[in-house]
Amino acid sequence: MKQVEDALRKEVAKLFEEKEVDIFVGHEAASLPLKTSACFVRSSEEVDRLVWNRSCAANLAAYLPQLFKRPPGLKGAWTPPKVGVVVKGCDSRSIVGLIKEKQIPRDRLFVIGIGCEGMIDRHKVARALGTAGLAEAKIDETAVQAIGTDGTEKQIDIAEALAASCQECQHRHAVLADLALNEASASPAEVSRYANVAEFEDKSPDERFEHLVTELSRCIRCYACREACPNCYCEECFAEETTPKWLGVTTDLPDVVFFHLGRAFHQAGRCVDCGACVAACPQGIDLRLLNQKINKDVEELFGAEASLSLEEAGVLCSFRMEDDQSFMTEP
Amino acid sequence: MIKKTTEKKSGNGWEPRIVAFLCNWCSYAGADLAGVSRIQYPPNVRVIRVPCSGRINPLFIIKALQSGADGVLVSGCHPGDCHYISGNLYARRKFALIKNLLEYVGIEPERVHFSWVSAAEGVRFAEILEKVIDSVRALGPASRMIKQLEEVA
Repeated sequence: MKQVEDALRKEVAKLFEEKEVDIFVGHEAASLPLKTSACFVRSSEEVDRLVWNRSCAANLAAYLPQLFKRPPGLKGAWTPPKVGVVVKGCDSRSIVGLIKEKQIPRDRLFVIGIGCEGMIDRHKVARALGTAGLAEAKIDETAVQAIGTDGTEKQIDIAEALAASCQECQHRHAVLADLALNEASASPAEVSRYANVAEFEDKSPDERFEHLVTELSRCIRCYACREACPNCYCEECFAEETTPKWLGVTTDLPDVVFFHLGRAFHQAGRCVDCGACVAACPQGIDLRLLNQKINKDVEELFGAEASLSLEEAGVLCSFRMEDDQSFMTEP
Repeated sequence: MIKKTTEKKSGNGWEPRIVAFLCNWCSYAGADLAGVSRIQYPPNVRVIRVPCSGRINPLFIIKALQSGADGVLVSGCHPGDCHYISGNLYARRKFALIKNLLEYVGIEPERVHFSWVSAAEGVRFAEILEKVIDSVRALGPASRMIKQLEEVA
């Protein structure tokens, strides 16, 4: 990790010296344990702010569309900045998606890909500790040494503390990169994907609804999941639209369920399962339960996985005559 | 806005309310044909005419359920017959996903129906509608998505 971090800083400094980029988006240390925040580096002197560790769960692709927006009120010609960004496998897929959806220009982008071995889920660590919050956490090669706010101390195996989406990750390397660091690291996870979905599907409809209600009743409608998601770049989100007003701004359960169903559906054929929404959720809601259902259906019904290549058309922007229609009602 | 179902719970007088989204070129004309041909079908349906089944945003379906509909029917032209060439084929993919998603979260799959009805199929429209209404009636009033708080302007 340390070597990757050093190599990253060196490469970014070089990019600035060669004037390849005007701004570089990376991760920097944050005040909370097991958290990093996005950092925007603007010169080679600042590269030491950049970090690379197992807390870089945020998907930096989410910050890109706004960097390429023309400043409001500006008159005359404007050239978008040259932006550099460091990505994990999942983030690079988000970038592919954003390029395909014409939100970011490929030619103004410099992507540094890092072979990722998985990120720690701080909610999981806190749950393992049994405390409300984390006071401190140290990560070494094999374990997370965590101390809770009440002083409880516990050592948790890295493999167990990894975010669920990292445990099932199939694309650890960037699918699109101008420069790849530590190419020969982790290989795809050998676990059954969609295990959580299959388990949920086995329950009865009543149990499923109950479970969903219990999970979503914690939602405070802060929209952190939306803000963290690179796919959610809409100027006006359906959750806040007033004409038509789709749903109320309340924590009444039908409104919450509506929001989460709408959010999940808008990910159809686009979600790369980066886990940024799960990491961002202050309430630790299992958002993958819905995301992964859509991903599973997209794969089973249409044989597609989101944003693996620039050439493939989006799942809902294409069709085949022989698409499944067994669900249609016949007299 | 559909009047809230909570006001009229099941019991003897309860009749299901179905919201039907019908495409302008096939299914709406099919429903019209059923009418002018004097084919009888139950009056539980509230028809909303849309330009194409491709116009159907899955949020329409969730919104209908939230606003008090007991069931939803979405109908468009048969594949290959779309007035806009392929609107219904794009729509079909969305329908498959939203139907699975609603079932997944525990909303009875019999509440949400999709069908193809052409402008010449008045009889088929009446038959499908009867089937939809029967299946929703068997389930009873919808409750899972109905808002408990009063809607404010």
